[in-house]
Amino acid sequence: MKGEGFMEEDTKTWLELYRLMVKIRRFETLTGELFASGKIPGFIHLSIGQEASSVGVCSVLRKDDYITTTHRGHGHVIAKGGDVKRMFAELMGRETGYCKGKGGSMHIADFSIGILGANGVVAGGFPIIVGAGLSIKLRGTDQVAVCFFGDGASNRGPFHEALNMASIWKLPIVFVCENNQFASTTSVHYSTSVKSIAIRGEAYGIPGRSVDGNNVLDVREAALEAVERARKGEGPTLLENRTYRLRGHFEGDPQRYRTKEEVEKFSEKDPIRQFQTFLKNQKILDEKIDQEIWNEIDQELQEAIRFAEESPFPQPQEALKDLYVEEGESLIERRLV
Amino acid sequence: MNFRELTNTEAMVEALKEEMTRDPSIFIIGEDLVAHGGIFGQFIGLPEAFPGRVIDTPISETCIVGAGLGAALTGMRPFVDLHFADFTTCAMDEIVNQVAKIRYMFGGQAKIPIVIWAPDGAGLSAAAHHSQSLEAWFIHTPGLKVVSPCFPYDVKGLIKTSIRSDDPIIFFMHKKIFSRKGPVPEEEYVIPLGKADIKHPGTDVTIITYSIMVLHALEVAKEMEKEGIRVEVLDLRTLWPMDWEKIAESVTKTHRVIIAHEACLTCGFGAEISARIQEELFDELDAPIFRVGAYRVPIPFSPPLERFVIPGKESLKKTLYNLFGKEIDSK
Repeated sequence: MKGEGFMEEDTKTWLELYRLMVKIRRFETLTGELFASGKIPGFIHLSIGQEASSVGVCSVLRKDDYITTTHRGHGHVIAKGGDVKRMFAELMGRETGYCKGKGGSMHIADFSIGILGANGVVAGGFPIIVGAGLSIKLRGTDQVAVCFFGDGASNRGPFHEALNMASIWKLPIVFVCENNQFASTTSVHYSTSVKSIAIRGEAYGIPGRSVDGNNVLDVREAALEAVERARKGEGPTLLENRTYRLRGHFEGDPQRYRTKEEVEKFSEKDPIRQFQTFLKNQKILDEKIDQEIWNEIDQELQEAIRFAEESPFPQPQEALKDLYVEEGESLIERRLV
Repeated sequence: MNFRELTNTEAMVEALKEEMTRDPSIFIIGEDLVAHGGIFGQFIGLPEAFPGRVIDTPISETCIVGAGLGAALTGMRPFVDLHFADFTTCAMDEIVNQVAKIRYMFGGQAKIPIVIWAPDGAGLSAAAHHSQSLEAWFIHTPGLKVVSPCFPYDVKGLIKTSIRSDDPIIFFMHKKIFSRKGPVPEEEYVIPLGKADIKHPGTDVTIITYSIMVLHALEVAKEMEKEGIRVEVLDLRTLWPMDWEKIAESVTKTHRVIIAHEACLTCGFGAEISARIQEELFDELDAPIFRVGAYRVPIPFSPPLERFVIPGKESLKKTLYNLFGKEIDSK
């Protein structure tokens, strides 16, 4: 693992990156367990194996920068500073959740820290990020807007329309493709006309860069360059983080589209394990500190789960609220039964 | 109030000018705006008056609406021009899945002060891709408000209110009414959303309608006076929220109802209004509720075909005669 470019950087930052990756991993592992035990309804899409991308990119963002995320978005929300209590509560459909139980796993947002929402529609974030970028430009601030998306989304129209628009207006946007090799069950090698999604930037006059998405420092370095470029008003960048989804498309996915051997092979490139080894080699992390980190995080997450489980479900009639800013019976469809 | 005559286009431009002067967060975004003042010249003068705030886009409806949404979520008040209501189909994910749902699915965290302005309607031989009336789709979509006025007074007042609304608005304007004139006060005013307006009072039958069909209904109302039938014309102006109070008041007075729109009859907004009237005001009705709408075919190109498909004054008249049991006077 490389790290030379960052040798001057405070090792505390590296530990913080590591801590966040562990937090995402544990959050999602516990989420998988809660889902399996029936405590989380609906569908769950985990980003286990992709933590370096979330953390590497968000580590160079400010609180007032914007992100849009995807159905596989827990990692981005945590990395951007999301509150795990409100996340677990939302996953369990409780009134204390981020969206008061109206969104669930695929629709978490926190506008107070620039998270413009996870999106249930693949490529749904592209048009929104163009608007956020345009708004930054119109308001004359130096914020940056980041659009996280998967390899599958890069085959949809909004990707292409958004890259073109962001390019002609030089919007302060970083498009971050997390190429995890699969669009649901379909391999990127089958579905995608190019070997690297980063080269699609060229078609729109946008610099594209492809990095090892399982190396958090590589991701961070590439993201820093792209974010600085955007902040200086030099326009958008397309960043491809090459990674691998270690879990199924959704929890419960029988994964008939790949072999166990393939998953095992990629497990060896687990971004957390790699960074852990690197930090230990650099004498920044030892077994004791490592254990403390994992224990502290588990404690925080167990508390968050307790908070969620002890939170009440919303009252059924709450389903009729929050549709419009203006409230009024005439706006909601009547129901006769 | 001092009134002068303005066209619908002039009324809209005036509303936008006043609002953009008042609030710097308002901007207009869409295709062909700057050089052309909009494809129908509907924004004429605004690009010069507000440089940088009238923004030309590539042909990219998905990202035009999405850009409006993203900007609305981050503190701006976009006015999105979609050229033709037909092109809402190219941005359906953004309108239906995103604009309409984001506030709700995020538990009320966001407000979305966006106006999506879309010229609709047939009658110009513009054929199947430039002539549709699609309001029912958007009334059917929770999270949107739908406006469709016909007179310059209403257009100006409702454009201003729509821009000031923190909720997303789909604003339809029929292409054939752009240059139609009407009195507009010089003084500032706004019209609240969800308020219908009686454009012609009557006691024998209510025509509940909106957009261009209001004009046809008014002509019919005048003609019927000679035959002793006093027609009330109720212009909904806003389709959702629907002004049920005004509808109920009028039906309770006239006891007979025709609902008319240019959109095709099947599953049109008239079906919803009709169902609600029979559910809540059944005892008030002296006759079945009649509906007037287009045939359920795409809008054809050739003028006689198009005239046949869309409803107009004659279809309203025939329906009135049916309702009152008179022979159809063909000549």
